Amino acid sequence: MKVRITDTSLRDGSHAMSHRFTKEQVREVAGALDEAGVPVIEVTHGDGLAGSSIQYGFSQVSEMELIAEAASVCEQAKIAALLLPGVGTVPQLKEAVERGVGVVRIATHCTEADISQEHFEIAKEMDLETVGFLMMAHMRGPEVLVEQAKLMESYGADCVYIVDSAGAMLPKDARERIEAMKEGLDCQVGFHAHDNLGVGIGNSLAAFEAGVDQLDGSLRGLGAGAGNAKTELLAAVLDKMEVETGLDAFKLMDAAEYTIAPMMPFQPMPDRDSIMIGYAGVYSTFLLHAKRAAERYDVDVRDVLTELGEREAVAGQEDWVIDVAMDVAKEKEGAAS
Amino acid sequence: MSEDNKVKVAIVGSGNIGTDLMYKILKEQGHMELAMVAGIEPESEGLKRARDEGIGTTHEGVQPVLDDPEIKIVFEATSAKAHKANAPKYKEAGKIAVDLTPAAQGPYVVPVANLTEHLNEENVNLMTCGAQATTPMAYAVSKVTPVRYAEMVSTVASASAGMGTRQNIDEFTFTTARGLEEIGGAREGKAIIILNPADPPLIMRNTVYVVPEEDEIDEDAITESVETVVAEVQKAVPGYQLKNGPTFDKRDTPWGEKTLVMMFLEVEGAGDFLPKYSGNLDIMTASATKVGEAFSRHLLGVEEVVA
Repeated sequence: MKVRITDTSLRDGSHAMSHRFTKEQVREVAGALDEAGVPVIEVTHGDGLAGSSIQYGFSQVSEMELIAEAASVCEQAKIAALLLPGVGTVPQLKEAVERGVGVVRIATHCTEADISQEHFEIAKEMDLETVGFLMMAHMRGPEVLVEQAKLMESYGADCVYIVDSAGAMLPKDARERIEAMKEGLDCQVGFHAHDNLGVGIGNSLAAFEAGVDQLDGSLRGLGAGAGNAKTELLAAVLDKMEVETGLDAFKLMDAAEYTIAPMMPFQPMPDRDSIMIGYAGVYSTFLLHAKRAAERYDVDVRDVLTELGEREAVAGQEDWVIDVAMDVAKEKEGAAS
Repeated sequence: MSEDNKVKVAIVGSGNIGTDLMYKILKEQGHMELAMVAGIEPESEGLKRARDEGIGTTHEGVQPVLDDPEIKIVFEATSAKAHKANAPKYKEAGKIAVDLTPAAQGPYVVPVANLTEHLNEENVNLMTCGAQATTPMAYAVSKVTPVRYAEMVSTVASASAGMGTRQNIDEFTFTTARGLEEIGGAREGKAIIILNPADPPLIMRNTVYVVPEEDEIDEDAITESVETVVAEVQKAVPGYQLKNGPTFDKRDTPWGEKTLVMMFLEVEGAGDFLPKYSGNLDIMTASATKVGEAFSRHLLGVEEVVA
């Protein structure tokens, strides 16, 4: 039994850091992960290549520089970059490869896989390892997901992930999706968890039991919403289960404790607003945007999140957070007058 | 109005966009006479509908259009690739091309900003739906104060994003970003597109963020300019609406703390042929109709009547 772990502290964690990772921080984290045997380390703006924007938040240091810093300290780990077609483009992918990226993870909403064809094909021409990311996968059942994953596989994906972007899945949801993917696909299958409902590790284990080949984690869970499955915890639990990961659980515990914890602005956890995100099935990354907008327009963040869920907002629609907050404020004003 | 006062035009491409454009041109009481709709499938819905309207059709592609010397203006509603191949042929045949694909062979035109600026060109390009929807907002701010940076985010219903958009999504971001610079007047532009599969399909939404160069800006003047431009766009696209904003906020940017102007738009289509939620396609065909009419007037020497 084995499973490959990708650590996304330096990509999903970018959300929790408000995209303010410094070169020093990236070197320290990547170095610690590499030494602990993590085979793939993802480094990009939280919303992927070219995510630096008003919509998602500007990067303090360009992701291209951060990729180069991470690559410079890694002896065995491959560096991965995330790319969302519609945000990032082929020229940025090419630059990322020049800076040291060896794996590209191409993400679309879970029903829109056909916007990724060009990116997979070009990635394959560049001899990259390719991973497909079907985001917000709680919104569709196994059949649709398998159909979409097959498209990515046909474009050249080496692995397709079920991505629980909203942290809205329960273990049975993860299990049935991964089982269907394993059944329907020839390529590898992965699972990316968020801990909004407190079952990030539980869902990852359910995915493992259903035959998943790859799992994502981040140190201390540093990621959007309540964060991800914790890499150090995955390492420890999988070790107890006698699953081969190649990870050094002790070193990862140290990396979580002494490297990443001191740089975190807060500990992502299933607090009130994060639980609400999982409960309403909303993109985890909306958390900080919704908190800021709720404060700015003096409304309850839960009303904003609920409305976003009702409007079926998908990954990347951070502009709707402000729009919805303004609508909620108008409604509140209307009710008061 | 006598036939002498009209310019013969043709639509190349009988898909969704070509068909919607056909109905818009037929509705327009102006100076265009739709002489031909060209497709490649004789039994296609678009060509059937054209025949039902009594319009000449061909399923032999672009050649019959090129062979008809009476046709002066061609609307390209095929694909960027097809237009790149057709553009030199139109030029050789002495026809003006109004290009609805992102091929960008000619200068960009957005009616509210520069409708009459390129009437002596042989080929003009309408960029992308997102650019038609959002560059007017950057342009409205630019008229008041210089713009350092403009960013747009388009959310389009999955059902109204065709294979052309899906297979060339990078093209959308490049062309739209350039449109924010060239038409919107921003020193730097950025574009993001998101497809949303919600059912019932959502009406096209666009958010425009503008960062002015100056720290001191006249918020009232910007608001007035934005509202004027919105009203102007609404003449051609009645479903073009500012849902929220312009709203002003302070933000940390790569250029220091700046005032950010935000505008939230909804674009509902007229439902001429395409469903109303396809505001993204509607704004293209509405703009193309305006541009075709402007060229026709120009060719006929008819002055624009200022209402």
